[in-house]
Amino acid sequence: MSGDELKDAVLDFERYEAREVPLHHFAVDRRSFMKSIGGGIAILLVAKEAVALQESGRRGFTRPEMPRAIDAWLHVAPDDRITVFTGKVEIGQNIRTSLAQTVADEMHVSLDSIAMVMGDTQLTPFDMGTFGSMSTPQMGTQLRRVSYAAREVLTDLAAKKWNADSKTLVAENGKISDPTARRTVTYGELAKGQLLAQDIPAEDPVTPPSEWKIAGQPIHKIDARDFVTGRHKYPADMKLPGMLYGKVIRPAAFGATLESVDFSAAKGIPGVITVRDGDFIGIAAPDEFAAERAAAAVKAQWKTTPQSSSKELFQFLKENAETDPQEENRFKQAKGDVNSALASAAHHVDATYTISYIAHCPLEPRAALAEWKDGQITVWTGTQRPFGVRQELMEAFHLPQEKVRVLMPAMGSAYGGKHSGECAVEAARLAQGAGHPVHLLWTREEEFTWAYFRPAGVIEAKAGASTDGMLTAWEFHNYNSGPSAIAPMYELPNQLNEFHPVKAPLRQGSYRSLAACANHFARESHMDDVAHACGMDPLEFRMKNLLHPRLRAVYEAAAKEFDWQGRKKIPGHGFGISGGIEKGGHIATFAEVAVNAATREVKIVRVVQAFDCGAIVNPDGLENTISGAITMGIGGAFYEAIEFENGRILNPHFAQYRVPRFKDEPVIKVVLVDRKDERSFGAGETPIVGLAPAVANAIFDATGQRIRSMPMLKDGVLPARG
Amino acid sequence: MARVTQLNVNGINRTIDVDADATLLSVLRGPLDLTGTKYGCGEGQCAACTVLIDGNPRHSCRTRVGDVGRRKITTIEGIEKNGELHPVQQAFMDVDAMQCAYCTSGMILGAVSLLEHNATPTHDEIVDYMNPHICRCGAYQRITEAISLASKRMKEKA
Repeated sequence: MSGDELKDAVLDFERYEAREVPLHHFAVDRRSFMKSIGGGIAILLVAKEAVALQESGRRGFTRPEMPRAIDAWLHVAPDDRITVFTGKVEIGQNIRTSLAQTVADEMHVSLDSIAMVMGDTQLTPFDMGTFGSMSTPQMGTQLRRVSYAAREVLTDLAAKKWNADSKTLVAENGKISDPTARRTVTYGELAKGQLLAQDIPAEDPVTPPSEWKIAGQPIHKIDARDFVTGRHKYPADMKLPGMLYGKVIRPAAFGATLESVDFSAAKGIPGVITVRDGDFIGIAAPDEFAAERAAAAVKAQWKTTPQSSSKELFQFLKENAETDPQEENRFKQAKGDVNSALASAAHHVDATYTISYIAHCPLEPRAALAEWKDGQITVWTGTQRPFGVRQELMEAFHLPQEKVRVLMPAMGSAYGGKHSGECAVEAARLAQGAGHPVHLLWTREEEFTWAYFRPAGVIEAKAGASTDGMLTAWEFHNYNSGPSAIAPMYELPNQLNEFHPVKAPLRQGSYRSLAACANHFARESHMDDVAHACGMDPLEFRMKNLLHPRLRAVYEAAAKEFDWQGRKKIPGHGFGISGGIEKGGHIATFAEVAVNAATREVKIVRVVQAFDCGAIVNPDGLENTISGAITMGIGGAFYEAIEFENGRILNPHFAQYRVPRFKDEPVIKVVLVDRKDERSFGAGETPIVGLAPAVANAIFDATGQRIRSMPMLKDGVLPARG
Repeated sequence: MARVTQLNVNGINRTIDVDADATLLSVLRGPLDLTGTKYGCGEGQCAACTVLIDGNPRHSCRTRVGDVGRRKITTIEGIEKNGELHPVQQAFMDVDAMQCAYCTSGMILGAVSLLEHNATPTHDEIVDYMNPHICRCGAYQRITEAISLASKRMKEKA
């Protein structure tokens, strides 16, 4: 991926949540800016294209005006501590560790001398957000450059101190040494008494992966002890003296308006305060129990409107597709003459695929602790975009930037689901009304209902192939789910790929890999169909139509580990494959399933997934992320679907919405293809795209039944044929 | 309304004053400031809030504090002894059996209880016992591996 492609990745169409109007509107003010740096040595990376990332109308995804456009910075203190400041956040993807590894590697220091300050809008440089698998390719690269520059500055300081030639000096283990004169000085000693802030331009990394020492190693989560002892404070665990527990009284349905509210019973509970601001109503109380009782005691009347339901979802999406060919969000890519190529194809396969709405279900629901002091607001909250949340708070309370601070302690994950700041805004509004800090933790039901969903979709695919198994034509229409990874990576002289936006029935937004999951499911299922129509082995058919060397390489690696050639037909068992390229990741997934003919239950027996995302920064963390994505993929593939009717979610509980559990886990084998000759890319998303199609193809292999819906199962079992 | 004024948590009698109808989870996380126990669903479906009561795993989100009485509560903060991690905690670290780790407290307490009841569980026994616990990041394979490792080490030590 080039720099331009990286930029595009940031602005993926499916990030609907970033373009929404704020949920709540409150009070009025203006804006200004500030920044400060302490003693020691600071190296600041100045963005190459500060302006290029600006895009109007995308709330919080824009780069606000800053004193300088700094992307990352690093500080060397006189006590040898190195502190890295990045706006990226830790959500379980393990970048606290992998970014620290990168800095230690380039600074030539031990890993434990690095402290990471992340996602604090007062201390860290602006960052659009932790999404799009950008932390490794973008922030990792930037921090490496900053670290390299810091090492150069320290070497020059030592050279000056000793009146030596800097080229003769060596930086190693946090020290600069002069081998000829046998003298050494630590980084901290060099930083003593300095007040040096140096800007450097953003450039490519300087130490090639083949020479990495700390980066590239399998290093475990650096602060794991805090997690296994329960000491780590997640956003939901933050506390302040005098803090109250908040609850928001939710509307009876989406889009409902408040007709009346009666707080009298709630106010009868000691210590309870109530807030009404427009249609926003909430309470705060001295403890959780009182807050629950008070919230239950609020009597609110809502005016609701009839809305569509999940029963007619796919029909709705087709009927409500944007028809204006000038619609700016429409994506269309055409090559050759698809119609005549389809008409003349020896083998011709048409099919429609459906993808249900699903929820992220981070185990830690949205949480925030808000405190007002002297007209300024500080909020600790779980978000992938602390700067986006700051923007939302500025808008909601009409505050200038310097009066809003957002901090993001490592949170109980997100998977693309925590890009918006409604919980922070709500906590802040309650705290404003209460005159006390307010803690707000959404319930599971609120998280299921008032967050946003992965877009549902309808995909229509047509393919043509010649008698000898060469693809000749491809037509692919995605309604609503999104354009990510919509283009096939196969050699196709005639193709048409089109994304049709829809005015969607539910609030929808980013989800791990965006629409790449849906588009891979449809495309790779369809490829399997065409392979069978041609009477070819699915792997052989793909390889015949595929030139991309890195994708071919992961297919070969996975096939070898899975022993695809040696697979033995066992009754009830089936084997399937899928693969693709997205966000710099190359993936091939091989699955074996067992179908119980009597109960129609399906068990995924084993999954082999080969993955290449360039030079690997932390193979242990990468394996963990990939196997986790495979597991998470089982939910969307088999079980997960949001049911809704008239603006209400019908299954907002884990008892009704099944997510993958221990018993669903297959034997997972991850094959890491380490390309030290290629740039490092992220892996938070793409590893999820292969599971569903590989499994669907395996079910077809086992039963001859083609499932074209996500989720594939109904009531936990294969649906009846037909 | 009935009040609860004392709880035995991690071997210490703690003085509190809370409504007997409050959940044990809210009391642990609130007045007792033991935030290692997590809220995940409030419905006994995810087991993030697991604590041990007299050694048995319980969903603290579904446990009325008034029903605990004098029984002994163990939370994640109570299994490290004199700076030494419990073998299950150590194994979770050594296998890196976590991602966001929000489920980890409940997982570890579930595993501690499993190994107290069955010192050498098979893979299937681990899966069966731990199935009520959700790890949304999907680290199940590593968690299973960590529990086996802890079992092996505890057996060697015994």
